Amino acid sequence: MGRVVKGTQFVDLQDAGDPVRLSKFYELHGADELVFLDITASSDGRETLVDVVKATADEVFIPLTVGGGIRSVADAEVMLRSGADKVAVNSAAIADPRLIAQIAKRFGNQCVVVAADVKRGATGQSGSSGFEIYTHGGRRPAGIDALEWVKRAESLGAGELLITSMDRDGTKDGYDVELLSRIHDVTSVPVIASGGVGTLEHFLEGALAARADALLAASVFHFGQIAIEEVKDYLASNGLCVRPPAYIDRVRG
Amino acid sequence: MIAVLDYGIGNLRSAEKALLQAGADARLVTDPDEAASADALVLPGVGSFGACVTALRNSGLHHAVYDAAERSKPLLGICIGFQMLFSESEESPGIPGLGILDGAVLQIPTKEKLPQMQWNKLTILHPDTSLMFGGFSGAEPWFYFVHSYAAYPIGGVENPAVAAVCDYGGNVTAAVEKGSLWATQFHPEKSGALGLALLSQFVRFAGVGAK
Repeated sequence: MGRVVKGTQFVDLQDAGDPVRLSKFYELHGADELVFLDITASSDGRETLVDVVKATADEVFIPLTVGGGIRSVADAEVMLRSGADKVAVNSAAIADPRLIAQIAKRFGNQCVVVAADVKRGATGQSGSSGFEIYTHGGRRPAGIDALEWVKRAESLGAGELLITSMDRDGTKDGYDVELLSRIHDVTSVPVIASGGVGTLEHFLEGALAARADALLAASVFHFGQIAIEEVKDYLASNGLCVRPPAYIDRVRG
Repeated sequence: MIAVLDYGIGNLRSAEKALLQAGADARLVTDPDEAASADALVLPGVGSFGACVTALRNSGLHHAVYDAAERSKPLLGICIGFQMLFSESEESPGIPGLGILDGAVLQIPTKEKLPQMQWNKLTILHPDTSLMFGGFSGAEPWFYFVHSYAAYPIGGVENPAVAAVCDYGGNVTAAVEKGSLWATQFHPEKSGALGLALLSQFVRFAGVGAK
């Protein structure tokens, strides 16, 4: 079975435990959705991922997005049949954007999350916005402007955008507010903010300043620095509408 | 036994596993005879109205649904499985639905983004008498929705069968409870602990817990 790991700026991975147990824990503590991103994405890795998705879907009853190594409609179908509700495509969609349209046509736009790893332009090839797309787990600059790409992804049928700031990933410096709000300005599908959360204030900033529709965090939850209930209480106390954790013991048997 | 009607549309794994978790003796059923002999039915559905209705009729499993409606056998429709109980949908003109419930299935008239793909909080209209929502008090009723079309039963919230609505730029029918016929626009199998609580209520109502 696979493991949950978390890195800093996509390297220096640390083990965070068993994905099925962790998923159940997060469900019970009020997570609204789960995202699995397979960072190995090899063919062996994919078999492992399918097993993890099945085992998770057998026990965890909140929406699950699975990504990493989805290269075809057939790959997407395997994940959806295994219990994923949505698939996230990244490198393969950049290599062949038709993949987005193909999966959307077959399973509906709501099933297709386009994940993009974005870095502030260092190579000078990033076009006008200064934000550049990287692929292959953040190792390769794609030479594509991030804002142009998300617009194209939406027009092809992306139902959601999962935007990870490589500059912020694992740093705990907060979401990249400028990146996220500029993506919000040029698209109309939900944006999931990812990369950089370290404090409760960062979550609020992600919802308000960055105007993200969904807030993803990994390190702070995996390593127990912040509990999901704390995030929700904090957001609610600042006037946001959030689903409170529904504890099993509040349910009359 | 609860038969989860498997007519070849989408992933039913979550629905089956959630019912098992809720204490049911549940299984995926493709055979119309087996469906006919089940104690209760779950009619799921994802994708488009037309594709679901067509696949259901081709599978022959629609007979079991009509039979359940006539004989007051417990039936739970989920998402498109709810919408299919009406006679037609704006999504798939010219393709007849099952015509078991009266009303219309229309694209949600809202300024919000479509699909509604989110958790939303329900207003439960008859909390004192609802069996469907009788399993949890105190917890705010949030459930997970994925849909662009919604059912509008005749009479709207004045229709006593409408058990719950949610707000998505206007009232959207979230659940119907009409005797033995239960249906939800949201996905109880994706709505965490409260979704399981609702499924447990159905299992208990249907008297089909695992032995």
